[in-house]
Amino acid sequence: MVFFSYLISGISLGSVYAIIALGYTMVYGIAKMLNFAHGDVIMVGGYISFCAISYLSLPPAVAVLLAMVVCTVLGVLIEGLAYRPLRQAGSLAVLITAIGVSYFLQNAAQLIWGVTPKIYTSVVSFRLPNSLTRLGLSSEALVTVLSCVVIMVALTTFVNKTKMGKAMRACSEDKGAAQLMGINVNATISMTFAIGSALAAIAGVLLCSAYTTLLPTTGSMPGIKAFTAAVFGGIGSIPGAFVGGLLLGIIESMAKAYISTDLANAIVFAVLIVVLLVKPTGLLGKYVPEKV
Amino acid sequence: MLLKVEDINVYYGAIHAIKGVSFEVEEGEIVTLIGANGAGKSTTLKTVSGLLRSKTGSITFEDKDISAVQPHKLVAHGLAHVPEGRRVFLQMTVEENLEMGAYVKNTGVEEGLAKVYELFPRLRERRRQIAGTLSGGEQQMLAMGRALMSEPKLMMLDEPSMGLAPILVDQIFEIIQSLHKAGTTILLVEQNAQMALSVADRGYVLETGKVVKSAAAQALLKDEAVKAAYLGG
Ligand SMILES: Nc1ncnc2c1ncn2[C@@H]1O[C@H](COP(=O)(O)OP(=O)(O)O)[C@@H](O)[C@H]1O
Ligand SMILES: [Mg+2]
Repeated sequence: MVFFSYLISGISLGSVYAIIALGYTMVYGIAKMLNFAHGDVIMVGGYISFCAISYLSLPPAVAVLLAMVVCTVLGVLIEGLAYRPLRQAGSLAVLITAIGVSYFLQNAAQLIWGVTPKIYTSVVSFRLPNSLTRLGLSSEALVTVLSCVVIMVALTTFVNKTKMGKAMRACSEDKGAAQLMGINVNATISMTFAIGSALAAIAGVLLCSAYTTLLPTTGSMPGIKAFTAAVFGGIGSIPGAFVGGLLLGIIESMAKAYISTDLANAIVFAVLIVVLLVKPTGLLGKYVPEKV
Repeated sequence: MLLKVEDINVYYGAIHAIKGVSFEVEEGEIVTLIGANGAGKSTTLKTVSGLLRSKTGSITFEDKDISAVQPHKLVAHGLAHVPEGRRVFLQMTVEENLEMGAYVKNTGVEEGLAKVYELFPRLRERRRQIAGTLSGGEQQMLAMGRALMSEPKLMMLDEPSMGLAPILVDQIFEIIQSLHKAGTTILLVEQNAQMALSVADRGYVLETGKVVKSAAAQALLKDEAVKAAYLGG
């Protein structure tokens, strides 16, 4: 039964990684850039929902919604102010800017909320029956996994079935051709950041609900892990983010349980390297056929 | 006048690719720009569709100056551009590609699909197939069908015959003629000058970024200098 509880905690952690990885993968797919500040948007989502619940005494659902709205606006602003002017610049300039935005967000959070950890009250208020908690299943884990599944289904449907979603896919393949179809590429990129950042807010709430301490650096490590998950699953691929996130969470949890807590991260990255050596595009990365 | 391009100058950094080009397309015409590789044909089309900007001059479409209009807004004006190398969305299905062609339209998408499938029965057979798995000729059909979905007044085709087997080239040119008969005005860019001039009303000869000759297509076919340079003697 111990194995089962590790598996559950792995799946739940992996679900958070998957939600964050979606933001990386969608932005990468469309803007072809690594948004290093994505992890810090998670942290902002955590603080906003924390303030809404602890200071304004808003109901958790409203707090989550507020965090999503703030993060969406923040994501669109980051893209418009920091990344859009660099659309024609080299990828190194964009990467450095993204790292700068990441530090900016962390330092701003430090100024506003200080460096003492906040103790986050879980947004999940219901409790599961003892028969389930004895197996290691918590209500937070349940909500996290369900959120992840709902988000995956919704996003997959959006991208494959709606006109806007198809326009996003068109932009990710060929921006020039997309423009010739009448698609506003800048607006599409903004929308991608908006979606990714709203998801980051949800991830922030779920993460803080499970781990309860909140710091300006809270988003960094999950951000890097989720980025790893996105690469692991195949960057640019939505199902890849899902599979990559879950596997990463499970591997991490198992490594902590059966090998060593200290080595868990090293093991996670070792697995990533092996996967990339065998399949450079990641697990579900697409092979793009080319025809002349 | 449907399209009037006056004295455009286009640069790639320090490279002066288009040097004072002017030309026009009347409604109902097939006009062709011919010229060797690197003459500036694609650059000219990209400038008309707003992907590149001219430093000087003007581009008017139906008497509206479009030289500063953002490229994604031009489709709604009735301008379609089938780019060099087809540039279909390789990871999307045939039908999704066609839907993207109708992106700016809110109605009539079903009718548009029906029309395109009638013109290209091959695409109907493959509607659920991923575009990346189509042959070169099928991709060219898809690129043209996709452009037709916006019901353009002017269709600009950049080297539609490039890399295709002779039988497919004939087929593509037949389709161009039938589109023209159905009322679409066409601006055709080709290295295959023989074919292009045989279907066009008028032609412009482009050399290193300049128009060096313009005349009725039949006259260009008989022109000694054009024959020597572009029609294989
Ligand atoms: N992206 C680019 N950067 C720099 N120079 C370019 C670029 N594209 C085209 N050129 C140059 O501009 C000139 C015209 O090219 P192009 O319009 O593609 O010719 P064509 O379509 O007639 O073959 C050529 O000299 C080409 O080398
Ligand atoms: Mg060309």
